[in-house]
Amino acid sequence: MRYLPLTSHDRTDMLAVIGAGSIDDLFVDVPEAAQLDGPIEGLPMHASELAVERHMTALSRKNVAASDGPFFLGCGAYKHHVPASVDHLIQRGEFLTAYTPYQPEIAQGTLQMLFEFQTQVARLLGTDVANASMYDGSTACWEAIGMARRITKRGKALLSSGLHPHYVSVAQTMAKFTGDQLETTAPTLAAETDIAGLIARIDGDTSCVVVQYPDILGRIEDLTDLAAACQANKALLIAVVTEPVALGAIQSPGEMGADIVVGEGQSLGVGLQFGGPYVGLFGCKDKYVRQMPGRLCGETVDADGRRGFVLTLSTREQHIRREKATSNICTNSGLCALAFSIHMTLLGEAGLRRLAGINHAGAVHAARRLAQVPGVELVNDLFFNEFTLKLPVEARPVVRTLADRGILAGVSLGRLYPGVDALANGLVVAVTETTSAEDVETLAVALQEILA
Amino acid sequence: MSINQSGWRPTAPEANTDSVPASFTGNKALMLEEALIFEIGDTKTTGVDFAEGDVAHDRLGNLTRKAPIGLPGLSEPETVRHYTRLSRQNYGIDLGFFPLGSCTMKHNPRLNEKMARLPGFADVHPLQPVDTVQGALEVIHQLAHWLVTLTGMDSVAMSPKAGAHGELCGILAIKAALEARGEGHRKVILVPESAHGTNPATAAFAGYRVEDIPATSEGRVDTAALIARLGPDVAGVMITNPNTCGLFERDMRAISDAVHEAGGLVYCDGANFNAIVGRVRPGDLGIDAMHINLHKTFSTPHGGGGPGSGPVVLSKALTPFAPLPFVEKTDAGFRLVEEETAEEHHEQTFGRMVAFHGQMGMFTRALTYILSHGADGLRQVAEDAVLNANYILRSLDDTLVAPFGHSGPCMHEALFSDDNLAEGFSTIDIAKGLIDEGYHPMTMYFPLVVHGAMLIEPTETESKAALDQFIGALRSVAERAKAGDTALKTAPHFAPRSRLDETLAARKPVLVWKDAVLAEAAE
Repeated sequence: MRYLPLTSHDRTDMLAVIGAGSIDDLFVDVPEAAQLDGPIEGLPMHASELAVERHMTALSRKNVAASDGPFFLGCGAYKHHVPASVDHLIQRGEFLTAYTPYQPEIAQGTLQMLFEFQTQVARLLGTDVANASMYDGSTACWEAIGMARRITKRGKALLSSGLHPHYVSVAQTMAKFTGDQLETTAPTLAAETDIAGLIARIDGDTSCVVVQYPDILGRIEDLTDLAAACQANKALLIAVVTEPVALGAIQSPGEMGADIVVGEGQSLGVGLQFGGPYVGLFGCKDKYVRQMPGRLCGETVDADGRRGFVLTLSTREQHIRREKATSNICTNSGLCALAFSIHMTLLGEAGLRRLAGINHAGAVHAARRLAQVPGVELVNDLFFNEFTLKLPVEARPVVRTLADRGILAGVSLGRLYPGVDALANGLVVAVTETTSAEDVETLAVALQEILA
Repeated sequence: MSINQSGWRPTAPEANTDSVPASFTGNKALMLEEALIFEIGDTKTTGVDFAEGDVAHDRLGNLTRKAPIGLPGLSEPETVRHYTRLSRQNYGIDLGFFPLGSCTMKHNPRLNEKMARLPGFADVHPLQPVDTVQGALEVIHQLAHWLVTLTGMDSVAMSPKAGAHGELCGILAIKAALEARGEGHRKVILVPESAHGTNPATAAFAGYRVEDIPATSEGRVDTAALIARLGPDVAGVMITNPNTCGLFERDMRAISDAVHEAGGLVYCDGANFNAIVGRVRPGDLGIDAMHINLHKTFSTPHGGGGPGSGPVVLSKALTPFAPLPFVEKTDAGFRLVEEETAEEHHEQTFGRMVAFHGQMGMFTRALTYILSHGADGLRQVAEDAVLNANYILRSLDDTLVAPFGHSGPCMHEALFSDDNLAEGFSTIDIAKGLIDEGYHPMTMYFPLVVHGAMLIEPTETESKAALDQFIGALRSVAERAKAGDTALKTAPHFAPRSRLDETLAARKPVLVWKDAVLAEAAE
């Protein structure tokens, strides 16, 4: 029991100071019926570091890692190269083992980092302000819809067909309990999102329009007209970014007029990790900051006039406002936000733009090559690093077969939209700087064999 | 949108005393100042070398980015130094005792970190075909099994991202269960006033009306008041056990029985499960749903305030309503129950709470921790946590007022008030005085039921020597506060910053960096 420093001698001395005869005397308030009298059924006794490491390593080897072969999965989580210094720095004990910065005088490291993170995120998303992170993109998306309801005092949200279906599911779950009305449809294998259709559906009850950019099929669309239509109807435009690297190459939603921009920050600094922990990004216009969920770090001065940082505007939060809070969120994704921020600092604007350009070049090449496979069509007109192929057959079994050959080929729309026949042949393919030309060739050749 | 190009900009030097000159840089030997990246970086620098190769913009249409973003970059050595210098302005559990009650800051085993970083866990995509992620699903399944076993419950929902998210999961399950039995008209959730602020916020967020239940003079829920309030409009109660006064709710079983009899359901805030793990099974207390903060009881890093992980154990009554997705073991291996497969046995699920499968990285760490401790170690965890807390309580109750010192042993945390300090002195002065002694202060002003609350949680990973030194330091600071030592009012004196102006920050919020010249021009 290497994590427990008390000796049996210590325990005896301490019980004497307390005036208790035995440890059981400290549990007297627990009713007898609820006391466990024996060991936990089936759980072995404590184990050495070596033994646990062997067990966990054996489990890890039952997975195929993204780096084990050609890999093309995206749809909300992306494989990017993370510089070694990122993981090294987040493992410094003063970051790794710190808590929420409740005592700002000895938490300036976390607080300054959060202030820098907020500024980086706001600039990237094109918003005036950003918060100190959320759980992930999907919960940030739902929180944005709730925020739009509070601001507009309206309860109808229009969700674009290009919004990630899991993000839609999260919103639908929550809406069942809050009474929000959500309007949504599944996408079609069309080259463009139906922005005009969305604009036509905005009315006086609409709290917000939620649009993903780039969307679930990898399509990108100018949001300017949609932003104007929202503004004209006093509804808010919420944009969702699941691949923040894209914003190194394309205009930000904020620049195009979005009121709230949320995102999944996993691409920068945070690994795939089978879905979490990730880091939700959340930015908005200045005028809405007091309706924003989550933590905020602000600049101030100390008693000696030196610049310093504190958590601020906490009168929006649950620990002050209890049932009147803007959300029930109590934690953020501090350590993942740190990883995001370090990665972004290493890249800088020049690096992010180059990284985005490399991602796009790889995707353009892959789209061209894969569309040469007989029977395969490229759906997208415009895209960043992810695009959709229409196969001549259902994509899901094809993905399965390719996995047996060591190729993780992408996300079949059949997995994301079970039972939607019109999408069953769709395969969403993501390409990043980690994808080589040989990987693309391997996939193209294998795909051609399978489809032949 | 601009970035300072002038390079290093030190914070104005400050002299500590008349006899010591200010340093040119603002540094004080190992206490190092650090400018913002926006002041030391520029948009042309990058700390990443990319492979040669094409950069394209040909399928971006008219959306190609034209305007600058305004993101400064630093070279790798500058980056490493920037964040290393920042880290040194932080207190963490690796540096010393971090007695935050109700937050549970304990040693973070590095084996957990190493295991979570194995490529087979860290480098796996959530949408890979399920037979390529059998190891990840097995980790979830094993951890779920131990969580259910340790709590004596029927099932567990793994996907909630943090404790408060777990609360939401539990309350949504309760709401779904009530609606399924045609009792959606129950609109009230009862919450004791000692509860975490997340409890009422969660209930309100799920569309409930919240009513407070008072505490007794003993620091426990007023059971009689709670039972008297039960009725056909009450959906359930949210109760924290062990509670935020550090006490075990002795009447938990009676409360659960009464709530069930009145047609409601019982939510237990399990944030403090580390005090009873291996010794008490919440399922035996009649609880219907309880979240477990994996980062607290099962030790995962919560670096700077997150991430957390909040699986929710559920009773038989709530199990059919558990959220998607979850893992099932079949003859053919582990499978993931998602929207399409939910129809078979799980048609009553209330839906999906997160995009993917929850905090896998935390699951790996928690399972590693459970296996390291084993059945004997986990029980010892609870016993040592409770022993350490009672040792602090009894070692200091002659110096500080322990308002519930007569209410029986405390569990994992010891509670004091600021009732016996000199006129004008309060908990904050003790807290800031402790910083000068090299400690992170305890939780302040919570729970609200105690005046000037100081909530101290030692956890099981502190040695007796560490506790004795802390007890000595807190005694010393408390004696100074009782004697009216005015130097405490300006503490901390030795921290990287003196007391920060939180009022200014809230009155004139500055939430993003703006170039000083631009900021002045804008005013």
